[in-house]
Amino acid sequence: MSDATAPTVAGDAAAATRAEVCVVACAEVWRGAGEILASPIGLVPMIGARLARATFAPGLMLGDGGAMLVSGTWAIGEPPPAYEGWMPYRSIFDLVWNGRRHVMMMPSQIDRHGNANISYVGGDFSRPDVQLLGVRGAPGNTVNHPTSYWLPRHSTRALVERVDMVSGVGTDTAAAGGAGASRFHDLRRLITNLGVFDWGGPEGTMRILSLHPGVSREEVAAATGFELGDDGEVAETRLPSEEELRLVREVIDPKGVRDREVRS
Amino acid sequence: MAELRSGMTLGIGGWGSRRKPMSLVRAILRSDLADLTVVAYGGPDVGLLCAAGKVRKLIYGFVSLDSIPLDPHFRAARQAGAIEAAEYDEGMLFWGLYAAANRVDFLPLRAGLGSDVMKINPDLRTVTSPYGGDELVAMPALKLDAAIVHLNRADAHGNAEYLGPDLYFDDLFVTAAERAYVSCEEVVPTDELGTVHPATMRISRAFVDGVVPAPNGAHFTSCEPDYDRDETFQRAYVEAAGDPERWAEFSRRFLEVDEAGYQAAVAELRATGATR
Repeated sequence: MSDATAPTVAGDAAAATRAEVCVVACAEVWRGAGEILASPIGLVPMIGARLARATFAPGLMLGDGGAMLVSGTWAIGEPPPAYEGWMPYRSIFDLVWNGRRHVMMMPSQIDRHGNANISYVGGDFSRPDVQLLGVRGAPGNTVNHPTSYWLPRHSTRALVERVDMVSGVGTDTAAAGGAGASRFHDLRRLITNLGVFDWGGPEGTMRILSLHPGVSREEVAAATGFELGDDGEVAETRLPSEEELRLVREVIDPKGVRDREVRS
Repeated sequence: MAELRSGMTLGIGGWGSRRKPMSLVRAILRSDLADLTVVAYGGPDVGLLCAAGKVRKLIYGFVSLDSIPLDPHFRAARQAGAIEAAEYDEGMLFWGLYAAANRVDFLPLRAGLGSDVMKINPDLRTVTSPYGGDELVAMPALKLDAAIVHLNRADAHGNAEYLGPDLYFDDLFVTAAERAYVSCEEVVPTDELGTVHPATMRISRAFVDGVVPAPNGAHFTSCEPDYDRDETFQRAYVEAAGDPERWAEFSRRFLEVDEAGYQAAVAELRATGATR
């Protein structure tokens, strides 16, 4: 509820930055998720998950980056206000394998069918050109619970026809992997600095759901290493509400770290 | 160190750059041990062992320094094709250790299906449910010849407790191994264990073959609540790794000395702030 004596909102929705549009687009993946663990990787998804819980997804559980589950809404880089649970690495698997989690990962490469790579790029597995993190939990996450992805820089280097290694399972590889792989496979969305995408195209291929304000189809096509489908009219990604902007700017990210990941 | 042998399969506790048995890793660096197969939730332990040429094969899900996403020595070793690699989903590692701890050949799980983990590990097999359910991955037991872990406190018999927020998989490394060695911040009388909460006492003497007192022994990784990660030192480690000359200098100063020499050099670094 607004209060005439409260400080005025720092900006209005029309002045939302690209990073703020991305924050809200990330938050939207958790709308209606209920009491599950949200595991955002990256600054913008982290702000988005906290925003989602503070607004339209109050049941979400959020971690502190260590073993604790945090209650309340708190700022990036600041200590949490209170804990509501203990979730050491071992018990994360209880949630992952039980399906009560929705992760948003940051792939180095992602392809038309949503296969995602965080392992290596170039060369072959025995001697990669560029070794990255390793598959970490991507294989298990993608066949057990909802998965979304975040790419702060939409480019042909990241959006490729075929990933060098399938760390996160895509729509085609899930189908090829049998019922064990596909039963709980549930790719939701890709959010990039240019738009929002999913894999609802023909044969599980990527399509445009919406483009951020000011982004053209041509710009997206030029930055994508494969053909992107859409359902005709492409929507514009929704703008943050005034209350969402206030929460992002004043409560969750007062230091503006979101602008480090996405420049306007 | 006299208990370890070249060619062994060695499990290393901790996670990323958190509560790693670094004093024992440093002792391995100074030893003649070679051709190790290392199983780890990898951090700088893996990086240092790779840099020293101690690793024949690495079994891992990731290698990370947490606050710095990637370990330069691990990357260099992989990019040179210098080590054999078995990369698994981190849940598969958990299950492989659990299978070994329970003396079964494998445990079934969903993780891995559909991913290239099945291709890069050509020996991996699937198993059809005898109850009519899905075909799943049969994660083979990761049997360890030896395991090393670092805990906050232990008694002389090998009972040990963690006082930080996360045990990681230390108890599984210990129970999956033929022989296990615990280094600790402090060796205490048995009746001083479990005074914070009995749930901290997760390592049993039944599985432990040696206890080594090692104050600051996890340095430069974190060992909460005794100390946080030494971020300054970790940055110095990463910066030195990028340049052969600086790495030689780093090695002379921090690695070609015994543990007391290492801790003295760390204290000096902290006092002067000079990373080189």
